[in-house]
Amino acid sequence: MPEAIQPVRIEVTVNGHKYQRDIEPRMLLVEFIREELGLTGTHIGCDTSYCGACTILLNGKPIKSCTALAVQADGCELMTVEGLERDDGLHPLQTAFSEHHGLQCGYCTPGMLMSSYNLLEENPNPSRDEICKGIAGNVCRCTGYQNIVKAVDAAAKALSYEITTGKPTTATEEA
Amino acid sequence: MYPAPFRFHRPATLQEAIGLLARFGDDAKVIAGGQTLIPMLKMRMGDMTDMIDIGRLPNLSYIEQRGDTIHIGALTTHSEVANSEIAERIPLLKDCGGGIADKQVRNRGTIGGGLSVADPSGDWPTGLRVLDAQVVCRGPNGERTLAIEDFIVDSYTTALGNGELVTEVKFKLPPAHSGGAYVAFKRAAPAYPTASAGVQLTMSGDTCTHIRLALGAAGSTAITSVEAESVLRGQSLTPTNLEKAADIIVSVAKPPVDARGSEDFKRAMLRSLVVDAVQRAVARSRGEKINGGHRYA
Repeated sequence: MPEAIQPVRIEVTVNGHKYQRDIEPRMLLVEFIREELGLTGTHIGCDTSYCGACTILLNGKPIKSCTALAVQADGCELMTVEGLERDDGLHPLQTAFSEHHGLQCGYCTPGMLMSSYNLLEENPNPSRDEICKGIAGNVCRCTGYQNIVKAVDAAAKALSYEITTGKPTTATEEA
Repeated sequence: MYPAPFRFHRPATLQEAIGLLARFGDDAKVIAGGQTLIPMLKMRMGDMTDMIDIGRLPNLSYIEQRGDTIHIGALTTHSEVANSEIAERIPLLKDCGGGIADKQVRNRGTIGGGLSVADPSGDWPTGLRVLDAQVVCRGPNGERTLAIEDFIVDSYTTALGNGELVTEVKFKLPPAHSGGAYVAFKRAAPAYPTASAGVQLTMSGDTCTHIRLALGAAGSTAITSVEAESVLRGQSLTPTNLEKAADIIVSVAKPPVDARGSEDFKRAMLRSLVVDAVQRAVARSRGEKINGGHRYA
């Protein structure tokens, strides 16, 4: 073991807020988010880069925060599940997951939401197959995925409605 | 915290990185995307006192054509390769880079890392083998370029010397009427392939004028067979020829018996993947837009 480990100062922007911390180089990004910043919406699931429960966006792209070091995020913009919520309530994806029973125990949900959010940013009208591919890096042990796919599809329609009408909506109104 | 403590270095230049790596030797590990290294550190595999982060080194992330050669910087992520304009023209790159693990991993992992890890189940070592790729390495004694089969010498073992890093992968742009495909079977998106096959070929009418075949997850390094290729080169790719070639290359494979399957299962899988990859490559050589890539439930 090396003798003197100097802490490393990092600065990150998470959901629009700037944070500066001195951390050990070995700290995982997901630990940083949960323990240092107290943002416990991001879950630690398998912890082996398999399940995707820890998915967050780093500079707009989904990554597994259990398989990144906090020092690697220095200077980056992060978005966690807490960043989805809007001033007037839930994001249409969150509403759709609720309406369509896209969760049971809820453990995988933060990761599912972040992967789905990225999918709909890149592809606002995904086919069923594209939705399945979009969440392929996220494991759910409860739902069998059927309702998750339905929820993402409903959210896509709700978001399209917002874009075409310029009015905020929820998945319910669109359905 | 799961990894054991280590000192962290973020060199500003490649020269500085090489200097640190040469100085710390086996006590140091290089991190780029970290998609293989971080899980290993979390399991506390390997001794390391110093981490050298090359992830932000300048000018090592690109995929571009210069003359008749395609150059890919070592820090180019799997996603960047798969989504590039060049991958549209060389679809094997899209199959390979766009099928590795899942999107989250592809956004972090790099092509240089995928080669340097030399995992026998890894996708790049097999996919790039059929493109006759060369690996550019830089170390304390300057730069050298190795054929990929000389770079990857055994499972998890490369020819990289002390202080040496991969900086680039390059290969010749395939000529007109060429097609390639990489197909892999895996149990789920984030899993490593159970078996995979890569092919790159050139057609002149119905005659195959050039072909490279390789199998992945089928031995300690990518499995190739000059004999299997010679069955197809200069020939029409009839089902009989194709099956004969597939039988030959599968006969020299040494698929490990593990949780992903028995030897018989893997040989049958490899055989079907080779035939499928060749058929897709032929269709692509005619300009057809068809998918290749990874299959999973």
